[in-house]
Amino acid sequence: MTAPAILAQRGLADRLTALLWRHPRLLLALLLTPPLLWLGVVYLGSLAALLLQSFYSIDEFSGVVKEEFTLKTYGELLRPSNFDILIRTVGMAAAVTLACAILAFPIAYYAARYAKGHWKAAFYLGVMLPLWSSYLVKVYAWKLILAKEGIIGWAAEQTHTSWIIDGLLTIPGLEGSSLSTSLLGTFVVFVYIWLPYMILPMQAALERVPNSMLEASADLGATRAQTFRTVILPLALPGVIAGSIFTFSLTLGDYIIPQIIGNSANFIGMAVYQLQGTAGNIPLAAAFAVVPIGIMLVYLAIARRMGAFDAL
Amino acid sequence: MTAAVSFQNVSRHFGSVRAVDGVDLTIAEGSFFAMLGPSGSGKTTCLRLISGFEKPTGGSIRIFGEDVSNTPPHLRNVNTVFQDYALFPHLNVRDNVAYGLMVKGVSRSQRHAKAEEMLALVHLDGYGDRKPAQLSGGQRQRVALARALVNEPRVLLLDEPLGALDLKLREAMQDELKALQKRLGLTFVFVTHDQHEALSMADSLAVFNEGKIAQIGSPQDIYDRPATRFVADFVGSSNVLPPEVTRALGGPAEWASLRPEATRLAATGPLTGTVTALRYVGSGTRVVLDANGTEIAAMVPAGQPVPAEGTVTSIAFEPAALHLMGAD
Repeated sequence: MTAPAILAQRGLADRLTALLWRHPRLLLALLLTPPLLWLGVVYLGSLAALLLQSFYSIDEFSGVVKEEFTLKTYGELLRPSNFDILIRTVGMAAAVTLACAILAFPIAYYAARYAKGHWKAAFYLGVMLPLWSSYLVKVYAWKLILAKEGIIGWAAEQTHTSWIIDGLLTIPGLEGSSLSTSLLGTFVVFVYIWLPYMILPMQAALERVPNSMLEASADLGATRAQTFRTVILPLALPGVIAGSIFTFSLTLGDYIIPQIIGNSANFIGMAVYQLQGTAGNIPLAAAFAVVPIGIMLVYLAIARRMGAFDAL
Repeated sequence: MTAAVSFQNVSRHFGSVRAVDGVDLTIAEGSFFAMLGPSGSGKTTCLRLISGFEKPTGGSIRIFGEDVSNTPPHLRNVNTVFQDYALFPHLNVRDNVAYGLMVKGVSRSQRHAKAEEMLALVHLDGYGDRKPAQLSGGQRQRVALARALVNEPRVLLLDEPLGALDLKLREAMQDELKALQKRLGLTFVFVTHDQHEALSMADSLAVFNEGKIAQIGSPQDIYDRPATRFVADFVGSSNVLPPEVTRALGGPAEWASLRPEATRLAATGPLTGTVTALRYVGSGTRVVLDANGTEIAAMVPAGQPVPAEGTVTSIAFEPAALHLMGAD
């Protein structure tokens, strides 16, 4: 009787496996090359091209792009009509982010700490379901909801609370004949559309806070409010920041919602769309597009300074 | 003297599960009290009833005479060292220790001074600026201890405090905890599933089984005179003898326990069997015999001859070593 072989017969697949086992970095390289090409060349490359374009300028008479480095285009951003767009967009993004954070917290907290089994599944479904239908369908649905003859207007009329909506629509900056033609409507729809992007990272962060940590806080004499402020919030902050990056940058770049709902005031996304399309002013479009990147970098730097990532 | 903690007929049921079922318990002030039992026996639930994280479904709990059955955790003057330490990862060691004072509104300089004092108490001077993630398991344990002591609790609760430490560190911490308790004169209540830990550290202990206390007493009581089969089985490495064997050995027809250390091997004796297993334990060798279907262990001290597996030998012991006990 022959003893069983110590080394198994080798086929091609076995030899390949053995090769990768001997050279673990080779496997890593094989796995990383395609995504790095994608991210590095396609994504970062086009970002660099964008940055480059923003330092060019356009000849006002011929409309031809002059390929010379200048800060003239950035100077144009500061023109009152353009600067208004920046202020309006950043203000809207900040308001939407704040509203999303406030609305998302209780939902995320419930899902992370209390929901179990079927309730958890129902939570995920409830949060994700709106993402499955087309964004345009949802925005147009909101247009109908917010219209003067829409369900909100109707409900207000039935309950004799139309004066609340009318009052809101006379606040400077929010004027409009109905919610769907006011910036207030734009805000409501933004909050609705981006809310899931705030809930999910928040929930993930809250899920990582062990129960014993909340008990330890109570054990040491903290009231619920103190525990919230000194333990839950700091530990959930990375999730809040992650969510706010989504809601903030998505609002900064969106150009469809303000076109359909609101008072047709310009936002950064709409300006970029118009400048690179009809106006053919690529440098100014690029300069507009660089602004959100700059804002996000500043935002992250501040968040980091405040210790938002210390718990990571 | 009022008891530090007393339970009167306390129950905690989760639906149909009786985690704690009609427990009566008195913990003397200044004692080192252990709650010992297998997992799911109700010992941790009892600890959580004292800290206030569980509410009793029946009975009443008193801490230094005051009924706390309806008092939330943050208003009880007891503090807990958690099993996973539960240190706040976003705060440094000093702020972790000072947390209890911070929520009470003690000024920053005062609470930091007190925190340093507590860190010195657990031999962690100079570690204040580190984050919990930068500490070893043993150091985290000390921080958790300092944090729980900073509020000057009247009772300190420890939930499997040494469970996550390796053997050598665990033994060192056992001595240190014991010394700390003596020095502070506090009441320590600790939960463990480790018999040796409970026996070596506690002044008195309660053995839990299925939500009830099987026996309460000093370590010596519990070890030498287990009240039930369960206690004998769980606490010691005692032989548990069924009634017919006890009667064959000249006792009444009751369950009995016999400690291996109280026996010796002899050519003739009341119990004879075949050696089935030998286990060297350093201070001696544990010899297991099969005596007509009953498994009996005897201890042969180091230096004495050990019979080979398969030989037939007898066990002899003083009649007084046979301890009678309840059947459950």
